[in-house]
Amino acid sequence: MTALPRRSLIAAGLFLGLTGIALAQAPAAPSGERFITVASTTSTQDSGLFNHILPLFKAKTGIEVRVISQGTGQALDTARRGDADVVFVHARAQELKFVEEGFSTERRPVMYNDFVLIGPKSDPAGVAGTKDIVAALKKVQEKASPFVSRGDKSGTHAAELNLWKVAGIDIAAQKGPWYREIGQGMGAALNTSGAMGAYVLSDRATWISFKNRGDLVISVEGDQRLFNQYGVMSVNPAKHPHVKVADGKLFADWLTSPEGQKAIADYKIDGQQLFFPNAGQAGA
Amino acid sequence: MLSITSILPLTVEAAAFSGDGKLLVEPNSFTIPAGGLTVLLGPNGAGKSLTLRLCHGLLTPSRGAVRWAAGAEGRAKRHAMVFQKPIMLRRSVEANITHALAAAGANGAERRARAAQALQRFGLAERASQPARLLSGGEQQRLAIARAWALRPELLFLDEPTSQLDPAATRQIEELLSGLVAEGITVMMSTHDLGQARRLADRVLFLHRGRLVEDAPSKDFFAGPHSAEARAFLAGELLW
Amino acid sequence: MDVGAIFQAAFALVVGLDPGFLGIVFLSLRVTLTAVLIAALIGLPLGAALALARFPGRAAIIVCLNALMGLPPVVAGLAVFLLLSRSGPLGPLGLLFTPTAMIIAQVILVLPIVIALTRQVIEDLWSEYRDHLRSVGLEGLRAIPTLLFDGRFALATALLAGFGRASAEVGAVLIVGGNIAGYTRTMTTAITLETSKGDLPLALGLGLVLLSLTLAINAIAFGASRIGARYAG
Repeated sequence: MTALPRRSLIAAGLFLGLTGIALAQAPAAPSGERFITVASTTSTQDSGLFNHILPLFKAKTGIEVRVISQGTGQALDTARRGDADVVFVHARAQELKFVEEGFSTERRPVMYNDFVLIGPKSDPAGVAGTKDIVAALKKVQEKASPFVSRGDKSGTHAAELNLWKVAGIDIAAQKGPWYREIGQGMGAALNTSGAMGAYVLSDRATWISFKNRGDLVISVEGDQRLFNQYGVMSVNPAKHPHVKVADGKLFADWLTSPEGQKAIADYKIDGQQLFFPNAGQAGA
Repeated sequence: MLSITSILPLTVEAAAFSGDGKLLVEPNSFTIPAGGLTVLLGPNGAGKSLTLRLCHGLLTPSRGAVRWAAGAEGRAKRHAMVFQKPIMLRRSVEANITHALAAAGANGAERRARAAQALQRFGLAERASQPARLLSGGEQQRLAIARAWALRPELLFLDEPTSQLDPAATRQIEELLSGLVAEGITVMMSTHDLGQARRLADRVLFLHRGRLVEDAPSKDFFAGPHSAEARAFLAGELLW
Repeated sequence: MDVGAIFQAAFALVVGLDPGFLGIVFLSLRVTLTAVLIAALIGLPLGAALALARFPGRAAIIVCLNALMGLPPVVAGLAVFLLLSRSGPLGPLGLLFTPTAMIIAQVILVLPIVIALTRQVIEDLWSEYRDHLRSVGLEGLRAIPTLLFDGRFALATALLAGFGRASAEVGAVLIVGGNIAGYTRTMTTAITLETSKGDLPLALGLGLVLLSLTLAINAIAFGASRIGARYAG
């Protein structure tokens, strides 16, 4: 009888301990041992593309793909540190630099989508329905209409900075309080724009799958300069000996194969195709 | 118990205690031989509690020494202490006793047997599985004594064991203490209650302001104290 | 936004018993409970020892622990990230972007809470028990098991506080776990993701489920400790 509280404590302790061990041992998902880590962008993740294509890849090869979705710059840094086996991003210049630095031996184009300029219905800059993104950005700057910038070194951020440059605007010097850098992902930027009635550059895929549009609409689309090319690179084992070269290459091969390309083309939301495969296209 | 060398007499040799730079217990000397009940008597703040703690080893004398009979070293402690406010562990009545026995190194079967014996002896058997902290004040003190008794001490220290109890509970505890003495356990307790000292003491150590003023058989002390302080205390005058 | 949509989303999640969603709930519980368990195994004895020991620098340690209770999860996450990255000192273990990494980060967040609250509980209990425990020969480290056992109900509250901090945080698990679907995605990182996808009803629905889970665990722990406390007095 005396031992009752003590015995129950020991039992409780044992129970806790065993639960802990069981929990620590249990796999989160019925995942095989075979997996690769892919550093990719928020757009591929948030648009739902991976949910569509990764199960197909796994069914074929048995390889589980673990995706870390970050801004392009961050994703490239993750790979530079050796924390990913493959990078799948969209910022051509940064990707080529990554190869130049020796972190990958080859960049392969996979697909593109396009950027769109999103803005409030009220259209304070008067650019709605136009096709010339450069002219539109000039107007936004002239009228000091609110503009949200990702400001996170992502591919979209890089594309946005490049468009300002093409428009002849030195945004670092000419930005005013109308230009808000939020340092967050695409979804957060769209949420912020909606809340303050601002313009924002978004990739179309994220926009189509974005659910909190409120008063936001597409203001400018269809300009050649709004093209957004994605490339895939596997990390060079010469830099990081532990990376899974063979399985990483399998993934890159599959993405650029007819089968992978078809899987990408097949992904649609509300009947709209989000990404356009172009693996074979030279110079993409 | 007699087969083992006794730890008694306890010899206190000019043991003094200071705290915060003040001398709280003067270098007093006395011995406690086996048998009987010795009362440490004196007003509040006389140093009774400190003296008991020095004897029990909870405090180390800043000067002088507390000695047990030769051969007492290295053996299980054969003296125990009961405090003014009973310290009840957050466990059952029985577990309070088995815990103390475990601390003394008894094994499981022995702990249970001795606890059962103690509960029986002190009329707590029916309360065995109840939470100790839900007992009444008198029952808690009874459990504290049972817990100390289970350790089979030769000498039992009690610090004002009834000062927080009502008369009925006080009477019960006093009867228990007389029983312990009859059983052969040496008892040393402090009290500021003159009546209690008269009822229980075989010998009185009268303390005043940290100084041992009188050490006399109870009869002699109450018949005619030698010191002015003791006379004033017996006369019910305020002493400090 | 439509409040009904939030509850509808939460309801659909729970009733639908979608395996993906269940996986997320299971992983969240697994990471958080394991972290709290480890923090308890380390923090309870350490906190108790800190309560009893007197040594130079003790006050400084206590102040530091109290300050660490407010450590931003992102900072803890970043530290673990740099430690576990392939380019970091523990890189060869290959733990970054795994549930283990998330557990490590959460242990760092929970441990100061467990140690600091344990110290407080044990110090109070020791001041009550000191005379008796010293009398029966339990001093210093030997007193710790008794104090931890007798302080069990107050200590359960300390562990609950740790659980609360771990289950609510997103900064650390996002950085070191990577929010990998089906592998390191927890309730909180899923909420972050759904927010960035603009699916606010789903995000809040997930939040509602998380809140209900936390509420249930707290209610169970509270009830158990109340019943236990009545038994132990």
